[in-house]
Amino acid sequence: MSLVIDKLFTHTSKFVALTILLIVAAVFTVLVQHSLESIEAFGFSFVTQTKWAPNLEKFGALPAIYGSVVSTFLAMLLAVPLAIGVAIFLSELAPQRLKAPVGVSIELLAAIPSVIYGMWGLFYFVPIIRDIFGGIGISMLTAGIVLSIMILPFMAAVTRDAMNTTPDILKESAYALGGTKWDVIKDIVIPYAKAGIIGSFILALGRAIGETMAVTFVMGNVHKISLDLTAPATSIPVTLANEFTEADTDIYYSSLFELSLLLLVISFTIISVAKFYFLRRKRVGA
Amino acid sequence: MTHTHKRILINKLVMTLSTLSAMIGISFLFWILYILVSNGVDALSWAIFTEEGAPPGYEDSGLKHALIGQLMIVGVATLVGVPLGILAGTYLSEYGQKSKLAETIRDISDIMMSAPSIVIGAFVYAVVVAPMGHFSGWAGSIALTIIMLPIILRTTDDMLQLVPSTLREAAFALGAPKYKVIIQVVYRGAKAGILTGILLGVARVAGETAPLLFTSFNDNFLNTDMMEPMASLTVTMYNYATSPYEDWQKLGWAAAFILSMFILSLNILGRLFIMKKKGR
Repeated sequence: MSLVIDKLFTHTSKFVALTILLIVAAVFTVLVQHSLESIEAFGFSFVTQTKWAPNLEKFGALPAIYGSVVSTFLAMLLAVPLAIGVAIFLSELAPQRLKAPVGVSIELLAAIPSVIYGMWGLFYFVPIIRDIFGGIGISMLTAGIVLSIMILPFMAAVTRDAMNTTPDILKESAYALGGTKWDVIKDIVIPYAKAGIIGSFILALGRAIGETMAVTFVMGNVHKISLDLTAPATSIPVTLANEFTEADTDIYYSSLFELSLLLLVISFTIISVAKFYFLRRKRVGA
Repeated sequence: MTHTHKRILINKLVMTLSTLSAMIGISFLFWILYILVSNGVDALSWAIFTEEGAPPGYEDSGLKHALIGQLMIVGVATLVGVPLGILAGTYLSEYGQKSKLAETIRDISDIMMSAPSIVIGAFVYAVVVAPMGHFSGWAGSIALTIIMLPIILRTTDDMLQLVPSTLREAAFALGAPKYKVIIQVVYRGAKAGILTGILLGVARVAGETAPLLFTSFNDNFLNTDMMEPMASLTVTMYNYATSPYEDWQKLGWAAAFILSMFILSLNILGRLFIMKKKGR
């Protein structure tokens, strides 16, 4: 009797574990299937055309891709130095009784849903951008800044964890040789934790590029490539969030599915690079 | 001497910059928290819990429909996702161990945890919503289950691995079959950790908006039929916040406040469980 249950337990658990692979395979297959119509119709020009006109059944994804790349780049540009600053502060500078409370509140902020960052951006940050830079305030720049604030807690927490892996004895040896705090950070901590730090930045990049709600509020969903950062723009997830329930023709749907597929492939690639290349030995963070 | 002075000066400069950037980062984050609390508390009232949605301008409008919808969608996802995730995690830690298959499943789950959730929404739209012909609460739950599964799986896997193998061996030596060892010894040893994983997993999916936009969609009134489109706090928040009506925006802030408090308490609770475990 218990042998039967034992077998049953083994096989059920294995089957369930395999379903996760099945789900991922199904996601890719279904997205490819539903994109076929658009892939056949537009081919490679889908990613090079700049015109996105559902009423003319013309779909070019370049503005969305451009928006994704630029907003994520802006976000990284702002968030990386801040995250390093926060991480250095938390792991090397802060007095012992500040470390835990500040560290925990940063981790808790990483748990706040992105839709709330988006709401804050729309009501409190858009007016500031409007006052400083003119325009309507809904723009690529706003999206980049809101995105950077949203990924900051995650990035800072993981970077701090990576820095904390430096053995104390190494740091103490450097201090004993007369190193200043900065000497120790730049010559001991950063070289030691380099792979972990870079890995967590790339992981944050992978998350930022697929982030939807934080930017949907403040980007405007305008399919136009503009070098002016204060002009409204769009990105792949913003287009999906705004247009998925509005699509009325098959080719429109298919184009949106091709966008989803594109996004999935891009973020899968970025996250894999972070995981397999930089975070291989120790599994840092989630 | 000048060299030393230079080093000390650079050190001071960098330390100031670092503290400054920490201050900037932290103050932004606390700014958001402050706005969330001040707007949220301002918008809270009893009507929020007892009234359904209403057209803008009506006195008696609330979030009852969204609260109940949210509980149902997340509840179903939890009921399905947690046992499946624990089972799969058990396989990885107790059967698969370091095998190639187990390692592949771990890697794929890690990637899935950071993959864009809106893509899962598109997938569920294609396989559930389109064949059914309309949006439904079930579709929302399915999307959230898919997002939750890898989180529960990985934490269960990690937590079970922390249980010392001597405990398992002792139970085996008494002649217990493997499933009994797992259920009565391993699960018991990893209880706090698994519980924390569940809490964090629920907290994570409760804040998801993107995958619900085109699965459970939205409804301005109370609906408890999972076959029909259903309101959730997050989608309601999105719709109300982007509307031009001030009373709807206020409801949006109330929803944001309630949801964040729920998610933050789950996170704090999860931490307490782990801390209690460590303290012993």
